[in-house]
Amino acid sequence: MPQSLGRSPSRNHHPLGRFSTGLGAGQESVYRAVNSKRPVNLDLSTIQFPLPALTSIAHRITGVILFVGLIFAFWALDTSLSSPAGFEAVSDALAHNILAKLIAWGLLSALAFHLVAGIKHLLMDVDIGVTLEGGVQKAQITVIVSAVLIILAGVWVW
Amino acid sequence: MVTNITSFGRSGLSDWLIQRVSAIILALYTLFIVAYLLLNPELDYATWHGLFAQTWMRIFSLLAFVSLAAHAWIGLWTVTTDYLKATAIRVGVQTFIILAIFVFLVWGIQVLWGA
Repeated sequence: MPQSLGRSPSRNHHPLGRFSTGLGAGQESVYRAVNSKRPVNLDLSTIQFPLPALTSIAHRITGVILFVGLIFAFWALDTSLSSPAGFEAVSDALAHNILAKLIAWGLLSALAFHLVAGIKHLLMDVDIGVTLEGGVQKAQITVIVSAVLIILAGVWVW
Repeated sequence: MVTNITSFGRSGLSDWLIQRVSAIILALYTLFIVAYLLLNPELDYATWHGLFAQTWMRIFSLLAFVSLAAHAWIGLWTVTTDYLKATAIRVGVQTFIILAIFVFLVWGIQVLWGA
């Protein structure tokens, strides 16, 4: 979605988000139109989403995953800096523990996607590719670049 | 202008800017840590501990942790405000998130200066 300085991103800007209910007087007609009895389809499972919508929701999902994953990252940082034995414990877990490897790869993957999608956001903020074609193209590039980074992260972890 | 008392900077525009500044800081910190680990495959405790004993690294890390706190709150506030419609559940989850962010921030400061 194109976004500019003049628009608040704080609420309901997501294509999969819900409609706003706190409307100003100027938006009242829009609100009525949305609530009119014309046929509408809001069953998300039957809608085929364009790629930019999917990368956008994935940006949100990876953000939530990264927040949950912080506990592992902070544990690793804390333990590895606490003592030589702690450092060995972390590097040993990352070298031999399959669960630790999976968590590390998962978090690196989420981080890779979130970072690439974030850079896409920043490009759109400076008005690069803020067209329908540009949006689709940048979503494709986001998927390809993050897929490559995710594979490289897997190579790094294993 | 959209204002909401639970948002980070009291206005969407303020949150928008903070989200981007913190994103750039976090991107730089991420790239630094990844590059450091890639360039030091035989890393040992003394080198690793030595890096975090440097004042500039502690300041850079603290800047990243503060950015992380703001970035996580703005992002998770947006997501929870969009999808959690029941006020009690949303405020409950948002309160938990604020507490978690606070714990991470204190934990991070302890890691940086406690060792």
